[in-house]
Amino acid sequence: MTTASLEDLLHQAQADIAAAADTRTLDALRVDLLGKKGRITELLKQLGTMAPDERKAFGERVNRLKETVAQAIEQRARALEAQALAQRLASERIDVTLPGRGELPGGLHPITRTIERISRLFGELGFETVEGPEIEDDFHNFSALNIPEAHPARAMQDTFYVMNGTRLLRTHTSPVQIRTMQTRKPPIRIICPGRVYRCDSDRTHSPMFHQVEGLYVAERVTFADLKYDLQTFLSRFFEREVEALFRPSYFPFVEPGADVHMRWGDRWLELLGCGMVHPKVFEAVGIDPERYTGYAFGMGVERMAMLRYGVDDLRLFFDNDLRFLEQFK
Amino acid sequence: MKLSETWLREWVNPPATIHDIAQRLVMGGFELDIEPAMDTLPEGVVVGRIVSAEKHPQADRLQVCRVDVGTGEPLQIVCGAPNARPGLHAPCALVGARLPGGMEITQARLRGVDSFGMLCSAKELALSDKSEGLLELDATAKPGQPITDYLNLQDHVLNLEITPNRGDCLSVLGLARDIAALYGVNMKRPNLPPAIVVGHQMLKVEIDDPATCPTYAGRIISRLNPKARTPDWMRERLRRSGLRCIHPVVDVTNYVMLELGQPLHAFDREKLTGTVRVRRARAGEHLEVLTGEVLTLAHGELLIADDKRPLALAGVMGGRDSGVTETTTCIFLESACFAPHAISGTARRHKLTSDAAYRFERGVDPALQRAALDRATQLITEICGGEVHPVTQVGRTQPETVMVRLRHARLVQLLGHDIPPREVEHLLGRLGIALRNEIGDSWVCRIPSHRYDLRIEADLIEEVARLYGYDRIPAKPYLAALAPAQSSESTRTLSAARATLTARGWQEVVTLAFADPRLQQALSPQTTPVPIDNPMADTQSVMRTTLWSGLISAWLYNRQRQTTRVRLFEAGVCFSLEAGTVIETQRLAGLATGSAATEQWGKKNRPVDFYDLKAEVVALLGASADEYRFEALAHPALHPGRCARILRGERPAGWIGELHPQVAQTLDLPEAPLVFELDWNIVREVPVPRPRPLSEFPSSRRDIAVVVADDLPVETLLTVACRAGGPLLQKILVFDIYRGEGLGKGCKSVALGLIFNDYSRTLTVQDIDAATASIAQALAQDVGAAIRQ
Repeated sequence: MTTASLEDLLHQAQADIAAAADTRTLDALRVDLLGKKGRITELLKQLGTMAPDERKAFGERVNRLKETVAQAIEQRARALEAQALAQRLASERIDVTLPGRGELPGGLHPITRTIERISRLFGELGFETVEGPEIEDDFHNFSALNIPEAHPARAMQDTFYVMNGTRLLRTHTSPVQIRTMQTRKPPIRIICPGRVYRCDSDRTHSPMFHQVEGLYVAERVTFADLKYDLQTFLSRFFEREVEALFRPSYFPFVEPGADVHMRWGDRWLELLGCGMVHPKVFEAVGIDPERYTGYAFGMGVERMAMLRYGVDDLRLFFDNDLRFLEQFK
Repeated sequence: MKLSETWLREWVNPPATIHDIAQRLVMGGFELDIEPAMDTLPEGVVVGRIVSAEKHPQADRLQVCRVDVGTGEPLQIVCGAPNARPGLHAPCALVGARLPGGMEITQARLRGVDSFGMLCSAKELALSDKSEGLLELDATAKPGQPITDYLNLQDHVLNLEITPNRGDCLSVLGLARDIAALYGVNMKRPNLPPAIVVGHQMLKVEIDDPATCPTYAGRIISRLNPKARTPDWMRERLRRSGLRCIHPVVDVTNYVMLELGQPLHAFDREKLTGTVRVRRARAGEHLEVLTGEVLTLAHGELLIADDKRPLALAGVMGGRDSGVTETTTCIFLESACFAPHAISGTARRHKLTSDAAYRFERGVDPALQRAALDRATQLITEICGGEVHPVTQVGRTQPETVMVRLRHARLVQLLGHDIPPREVEHLLGRLGIALRNEIGDSWVCRIPSHRYDLRIEADLIEEVARLYGYDRIPAKPYLAALAPAQSSESTRTLSAARATLTARGWQEVVTLAFADPRLQQALSPQTTPVPIDNPMADTQSVMRTTLWSGLISAWLYNRQRQTTRVRLFEAGVCFSLEAGTVIETQRLAGLATGSAATEQWGKKNRPVDFYDLKAEVVALLGASADEYRFEALAHPALHPGRCARILRGERPAGWIGELHPQVAQTLDLPEAPLVFELDWNIVREVPVPRPRPLSEFPSSRRDIAVVVADDLPVETLLTVACRAGGPLLQKILVFDIYRGEGLGKGCKSVALGLIFNDYSRTLTVQDIDAATASIAQALAQDVGAAIRQ
């Protein structure tokens, strides 16, 4: 065979390979050219019949041809695979903008969310969360807190009574403090979140609402400590430096007593009441008021939630309108 | 309490604006705001005196007056007020004047007569809501004096709210005392000449129980002028305090109460018989009080009575029959001190508003009675004339001296801030507290009689801190002995349960713990609720016995707002009465309605059912879920065929089910929701995990289908299979339930996946065949099952 016809064979093969539109055609070409009975394989078989000097040169040329063709087939095969993959991927395309399937999470009520946040912040200051009964007796809700029968402070809180006046719905969570002081020894460092009840219902009052009260009793607890803890808490809760104002106020269970106001725009907002535990409270629970001192504070959860989240209507918390609640996810 | 600034400044006058004083008071523990005595001052209004008044020639109801306004020639003014008469002093708006309402006075011609100004009523000057003719002024008022000066209208009003411990500040005197202390300035005590006693009439007074009334002083004043008139200056001060003028004697008692803080009462002497007695009421006695109401008195209420009948509710309100009237010429004036505990609650019980009760409930200075009586006597005689008789005073004339010890070290310890002893002495001295030094940096303090709120050391420490300024006590970080709180790993927190539920798509609600007894009865007829003695509404008259009542209300609220699919839960306390004892249980409950899944594409939907909810409950039970059983048992509020009691071992842990269709109908519900309720005290206990060793050998699965009677609980099937499976059986899955074609009527086929495993070797086919066979045999024997291979 002449060199020219080898060239022709190569050109023909290259043209065929390039034209192969799929892997099957390419495979057929491979068999036709390089298979056991393929055209190039056949050429190699002729070598045996050639003169030795001719054989060497021809052999080299045919082997080169074989290599070139094999390479071309391999290249084409890769190209075809890439093409097929691209086609498959194109056909498998989905609309990623369709919504996902399954359930979305629900959410906590903002009151719970606020209580948990307050508990966590005080928890980091070493305060343990303690709970207690909601139906209380006079001793734990009033007398032990230095609010005797005839005290005008009782008129400040209109109380729901049950069991023919012998029991009552707690008007604050302070009874939990009393119960804790009755059963534990100082140091005591607790906060008491929970539902409380007062006969009052209008735009700004709900007959049931929530409070968090705190108590710290140990040797040498001071008013300066109280100021530090509350100021720190308020700054953490509102996530900014809060300007807090402590003002003298009166609660029968503390002395000195204070209320805490916070700068809110150009106004001062009353946020919470606090003070140093009244010696009579210590006496009522059997803690030595000479050895121990303590501070106590209390705040309304709804008020804290309203300020924190910018809610201006108390009733939203108790309507349980999902359109409102779902915004606290 | 409202007080005039000018009045207050007569008693104490620190060099500060009223707004500064207000700020100082706020920081001293008072709540108050400052209002101008008038929003808009009248301009061009002066005191006028009607020189003459003649009938208008053209109009019956008008008079033509000549009014002296201090300019020499009287002005001609046409006036329609019926009380316009010669000699009357009244405010006169000159031409060009502007009244508070915006009205401008011009020269006018009324029915042919020129009018050069206008005589004014109280309403026209915005001093009153009502118009009762011309505002009559004192005959001593000087014509031409601007009315703003004459009535001192450029005044301010302090509107004050005091905390219950500071009853001593409910007067000009009391507030002035505190302002003097806050500023460290002296008070000005107006010089009051005592009235001269000329008569000798006295009434006998007796106090039944001195504990209710430590002291009672009274005196007769006779020959009063019944035509006397309360002077303008007093009228204006009373008006600024929100009090109406009634009668000169009554006005004086009110004035002295505002000035000194001592409530007084004047009886008409002629209406009293025999001895004036302070005594407790007998149940069922009646008294018609000043407001005209006839009260039925409760046993033990404190009364002022004479020999015949109750005269007054002591410290609260006088009786109508014995009060002063327009014809009264002789009075018995009472100035007493009633103990707070003897008065407290009386006014509230009878729904009376009383300034006297407000003060006595908070405490009135027990040393004040005589001084107040003298002050009132002086004012009454000044206004009404009369003859003064001697004072009768029974009970203690001087209250007991109170001494309180104060240790400087204790003060420093409580406040956490060192206020030097010298400053402590100085600050307490400003309050009129006399200090005597004791050894070791402590003092014995003599408390003035009006500060009955100062009884213990802590009270004095507060006073020091208050005058020193709370804001000057620095907030200090401190060292504290802390130990981590014990939080048991085997007690789950509600917070964790809430997180589980919210992650699974549940929304928490918070509902009122009060419930409608009707709703309650329908939802848990087996529980006795705790009724509220004084509920706010019939629909909130019992404490909830179940959280379902609140959840149903919350669901309905949202359903009315086009939300049909809800997953609501609440954690809260429920209340019940058991054998007369209140039981509180912490519960966790949920309510589900609507479709099983949220509406979405590519997923077939169906209504939520029992099993969806059951999976939620099991998820909540957590690691201890295996300890629970769901037992088919009837609950009065639940569908009898779709309801289960949840048991942990033998302990009831809650209920799950679909609301009974009849209950839904009774409650007028649009559909029957699915609900669950768990007793949190039982559910919260979980074991601390103790993991089993893991097998190194592969497990094998064998599936069988078991045909059983349709009413056989699958739980029974599984129990039998588990028992028969032996130690190699690790787990049984229920992966299909089939009813219908190919099965007999009343049958179901339950497809079970049996999973076998051993810790010591790989199981052979023979092992698994044998175990499967013994399970099949036991099922056939114990529950009559046929095995479909």
